[in-house]
Amino acid sequence: MIPKKPVVYPYIPNSNPIVKREMLNAVGAKSVDELYAEIPESIRLKRKLDLPEPFLSEASLVRHVESLLAKNQSTRENLSFLGAGCAQHYVPAVCDEINSRGEFLTAYAGEPYEDHGRFQSLFEYESMMAEMLNMDVVNVPVYDGGQATSTALRMAGRITGRKLALLPATTAPDKLSQIRDYVRPDVHVELVAFDPATGLMDLDALGRQINVQTAAVFIENPSYLGFLETQASEIGTVAHEHGSLFVVGVDPISLGVISPPVEYGGDIACGDIQSLGIHMNYGGGHAGFIATRDEEAFVAQFPSRLFGVATTSVEGEYGFGDVAYERTSFAVREEGKEWVGTAAALWGITAGVYLALMGPQGMVEIGRGIMQRTRYAMQRLAGLPDVRVPFANTPHFKEFVVDFNRTSKTVTEINRALHERGIFGGSDLSREFPALGQCGLYCVTETHTQADIGRLVSAIQEVLA
Amino acid sequence: MKPGVTGKQRPPRPVAKKPTLRRFHQARWDEPVIFELSVAGQRGVLPPEPESAIIEAVGDPAGDLPEGLRRKSAPALPELSQLHVLRHYARMSQENLGVDLNIDIGQGTCTMKYSPKVNDQLARSPKLSELHPLQPVSSVQGILEVMCRLEGILKEISGMERVTLQPGAGSSAIYCNISMIRAYHEAHGDGQYRDEVITTIFSHPSNAAAAKVAGYKVITLYPNADGYPDVDALASAVSERTAALLITNPEDTGIFNPRIEEFVRIVHEAGGLCSYDQANANGILGITRARDAGFDVCHFNLHKTFSTPHGCGGPGAGACGVTGEIVPFLPTPTVEFDGASYYLDFNRPQSIGKIRPGYGVAQNLLRAYAWVMSLGADGLREVAETAVLNNNYLLTRVLEIRGVSAPYAKGKRRIEQVRYSWERLANDTGVHTEEIGFRAADFGTHYWTSHHPFVVPEPMTLEPTESYSKEDLDEYVAILKHIAEEAYADPETVHSAPHNSTVHKTDQESFDDPDAWAVTWRAYRRKVLRDT
Amino acid sequence: MKRIGLIVNPIAGIGGRVGLKGSDGAETLRLALELGAVPEALQRGTSSLLPLSSMGHAMELLTFPLEMGETSARDAGFTPTVIGEIRAGATTAEDTSRAARQMSALGVDLLLFAGGDGTARDIWRAVRPQFPCLGIPAGVKIHSAVYATNPRHAGELAEMFLEGRARLREAEVVDLDEDAYRAGNVSTRLYGYLSVPYRALLLQNQKAPSPASEALQTAAIGAAVVEAMQPGVLYILGPGTTTRAIARQMDVPKTLVGVDVVCDGNLVAQDVNQSQLLTMIETAPAKIVVTPIGGQGFLFGRGNQQIGPEVIRRVGRENIIVVSTSDKLNALRAQPLLVDTGSPDVDAMLAGYFTVITGFAERTVYRVAS
Repeated sequence: MIPKKPVVYPYIPNSNPIVKREMLNAVGAKSVDELYAEIPESIRLKRKLDLPEPFLSEASLVRHVESLLAKNQSTRENLSFLGAGCAQHYVPAVCDEINSRGEFLTAYAGEPYEDHGRFQSLFEYESMMAEMLNMDVVNVPVYDGGQATSTALRMAGRITGRKLALLPATTAPDKLSQIRDYVRPDVHVELVAFDPATGLMDLDALGRQINVQTAAVFIENPSYLGFLETQASEIGTVAHEHGSLFVVGVDPISLGVISPPVEYGGDIACGDIQSLGIHMNYGGGHAGFIATRDEEAFVAQFPSRLFGVATTSVEGEYGFGDVAYERTSFAVREEGKEWVGTAAALWGITAGVYLALMGPQGMVEIGRGIMQRTRYAMQRLAGLPDVRVPFANTPHFKEFVVDFNRTSKTVTEINRALHERGIFGGSDLSREFPALGQCGLYCVTETHTQADIGRLVSAIQEVLA
Repeated sequence: MKPGVTGKQRPPRPVAKKPTLRRFHQARWDEPVIFELSVAGQRGVLPPEPESAIIEAVGDPAGDLPEGLRRKSAPALPELSQLHVLRHYARMSQENLGVDLNIDIGQGTCTMKYSPKVNDQLARSPKLSELHPLQPVSSVQGILEVMCRLEGILKEISGMERVTLQPGAGSSAIYCNISMIRAYHEAHGDGQYRDEVITTIFSHPSNAAAAKVAGYKVITLYPNADGYPDVDALASAVSERTAALLITNPEDTGIFNPRIEEFVRIVHEAGGLCSYDQANANGILGITRARDAGFDVCHFNLHKTFSTPHGCGGPGAGACGVTGEIVPFLPTPTVEFDGASYYLDFNRPQSIGKIRPGYGVAQNLLRAYAWVMSLGADGLREVAETAVLNNNYLLTRVLEIRGVSAPYAKGKRRIEQVRYSWERLANDTGVHTEEIGFRAADFGTHYWTSHHPFVVPEPMTLEPTESYSKEDLDEYVAILKHIAEEAYADPETVHSAPHNSTVHKTDQESFDDPDAWAVTWRAYRRKVLRDT
Repeated sequence: MKRIGLIVNPIAGIGGRVGLKGSDGAETLRLALELGAVPEALQRGTSSLLPLSSMGHAMELLTFPLEMGETSARDAGFTPTVIGEIRAGATTAEDTSRAARQMSALGVDLLLFAGGDGTARDIWRAVRPQFPCLGIPAGVKIHSAVYATNPRHAGELAEMFLEGRARLREAEVVDLDEDAYRAGNVSTRLYGYLSVPYRALLLQNQKAPSPASEALQTAAIGAAVVEAMQPGVLYILGPGTTTRAIARQMDVPKTLVGVDVVCDGNLVAQDVNQSQLLTMIETAPAKIVVTPIGGQGFLFGRGNQQIGPEVIRRVGRENIIVVSTSDKLNALRAQPLLVDTGSPDVDAMLAGYFTVITGFAERTVYRVAS
């Protein structure tokens, strides 16, 4: 039998036994085991970890992992109409080029000197988002849109000193779950009913529920269900009349054609930037933003980092750094130091690249085109017998509800049949919104052609027959 | 003599050896802010136009939007052609370091190890990047299998019953743990009485921060003279109000607390749970396990210990391990295998719910899985042992430098990192630790000082990990040594550093002045340039 | 153009090197000079100015003649503006106060003074409230918290403050009763507060939010204490800026350097002494709220002796509420808080661990030693 020679690992340069010996001599130890002297015997693991056999050669590793990935079918092989907060948009090649550069990919928390590029590119992301939102303060990204919303609501609580937040009943239950868990020590969440005919918020209910304890009224525009809240301005007025803040969640890719929240009274804007040049990554492509006016009372409440621009000792040079780093952020009673952690900076840089590539005209065109395709799909599906598109009279952006209650099939059955035809049908809303019954949430983006939509319509027609 | 060669023969002239310290200069492009590069009308990428049949059928819904919702003028984004966008960002990337370029051992507690490129390539496969989280489960068996396998690996490493891979990164994982602890106590009827969480000052600040976000009162233990959290102080702090102990071990100083089991026992006796922040796990993989020390929950930072790249600050990925008692409270859904196929279990009545959209940062879960699979149990052991050897070797060499010390644990071995102090040098020369860090940028590297508060004065925290060679460590020490000597001999050079970096010393005053700070270019133009 | 004032107390610390304690009092001064003592304060004044020389023409330095600052300034390479008059070789505490009064009236941006606790008291007597000052340590044992850790540090802080990179906080002026001390009796008084610059954070690449300012921390502590106050209980509030924040939360006045008693949201007694406290605690349950005083971390015995050992014994250890900002605890460098009540028994009772309130929802458990 050939004796096993010790492995020198490519990722571990000092696993080379000659080097190891030199280093042990330098620290005056006979073996590495001596270096663990402080760990008591009682908690030492006395056996080898029981892990699968490794693939030491890179080639065999790739083969193994690719064999696992081969068991996936993606939205490349299937025609997908799935959305619900994670959307299939086209990712320009330059976006992936930049976020795969090792200087960005493998950096972390250096100073604004040796990591000047990171500071400038994130400052530029903040700045471009600011133009989309018409607001002067945008943060370095947080984990995802749900986190951004949760933090925005807590910020509203801190700024107003109040404890109640009113959210639309059309908010995704998953997002609600995340928000509730996060805000519960300081903010209580109540839902405001929607008009079943239009999907819009029931303003009478809002009027009844809002009171002097309301820190924030929150809407999503577009809603989780895809329609635009055309009463946004009135809702903002109601909020302000009661001294509450108006917090609005938006999809940034819509802001080329849809007014940003500040135009209709929004005080804090928030949302997810996944639609801006970031692949879906099975849910790993999310990043959240929060934006406000440039007022000390608001800036002081951001728990995230805010990169700012400044001069240096050399004329004409831009330096960057953290704004209000010592911000005496939190109201005395709520020192809830929401944390600053590793969140999603690389996606912020990527979104900046996307916005720079698209430019003003691109964002207008893509927004217009998405609305056209969405409306077209709604029309074609509404044309199918027994299929309804509720809320059809309200303008929509990118997503819409399709009602199959009058058909003989459940959404589960329809989607299974669609899958057999290579199509991912809209997600099943029946569990999330039982009152809606057998409804699906369909998402149409600039990646869908007329033929794609036609193929969906034919397939559904076939399935329902 | 060869044909074609002239008569003269020059003696060979060797290239001179490289100097000990490289004559580094960072790229300095003097690159304007992107808005200043804008030229009206330029296009970077063209989105697809809808077909004319669609336009004929629906017209222009955007144009038909009600007044209050229709955007009146296009957003004032910069306009550049594609090459110019690429070039601008490529230049900025050159003005950035990263593990790929520098001996990144200065970011102590961040575990800046090599992120293997093969894993990046695998993660970019459309078979991962183009998956939608709501796809039918039958179409994502591959990624679900990866998640199950990774959970199995982390279970074995931690000794825990189950592991969730949903958290976005480390702090989010700590918060997930606290959330589950809160749910546990509520389920046992004493949620409202147990309103205190105990942590230590050398644990990661996210432990205290997440506990406060979750509504707890936080009791922070100071270290005793040896640098360990004071066990008598713990005994005094523990009561029937204690919900949990949140502790890192080894702490950020690199010292392993040998009385950790006692800590856990004291808290358990009072009915509290124990949460193990394993951000510094790199040095103890396969050596000791969270469960064996008695912990109820633990977490890993996959972007630290498990090699996924840091991305300038994310996305990372977090994993929380729990004992059987805590399993019911895991976030929803969990990934399960029924013997034939993988599925997502949403039927979890006691779950804390979702802590993020989707099921985890999937591309990083894949990278972490691939990394472990390239090493195996022997490889992970090698990772831990080499990281610890590197750390102690670095400690030996750094302590030879004038003016630096390593407080606490005299004569003892450290585990994953060391927190040093430049106090003596600062007293002798007036040069402070931040300034030494800035001067290091002139040699192509940097370091991080410490979390706040600075319990160790003039701190510097170094964490070599297993990725760096002996030559790398020697070079880093040579840089520090050079700067230390400079502080004694020519402090002004250090005070005014950096000199060879992308920019020069930045003026800090405006950052704290509401009238002057500018988080965005439009704010800068309005407040400082005054040209809008 | 920034203006700095410099006042050197030439006899501060003069006794120390030759084994005498403190230097106030003409008799001690004469003895010290006979023993060959050399005035160190001047040289420390010089050291402190060196970091400021980089400010060049952007700064004007005002000082008193000769050994009260002019000598130190010129030795550091400055051309100072000299104001006032002295009798060389025979300066007194009154000269220090006079110089401080003049500088305060002239409105210099920062007043640097070299000396000890006595000098700090002389300065404090003379300047208007919230006037920025900073001490250059030159005394033997300094209890006041208004001093930088060493002369060079004072100069660095001064430079940072002039450049807008340092905040001000209130720091205690504590002085030892010299005669009582030499007779073997330790007795200190908390005289008041001076506004002193402290080192603001310089770092950028933080992974966690930085701690809030001192004002916010003390307000948070105040809110925490007030929220937990029980009806019908007397709260004995010791001196200190943190206990003052408690009074602020309640909207009641607080004696700056004395002990006040509140109950049910009202002030019931002001600036009480030990016997008054003993009488009061016979009538109602009581709790004591204290914060460490001075730079040495004394919880009892320096500046709050009105809360004497008998009071402490009767109130009981479990009814003592300790408050402190985390900055103050960090500055102790893991050394315990100290107590010196005058009674070894009470000191022994106090030794051990105390929960310290460091924020609204923040606590720490800190060791107290006798």
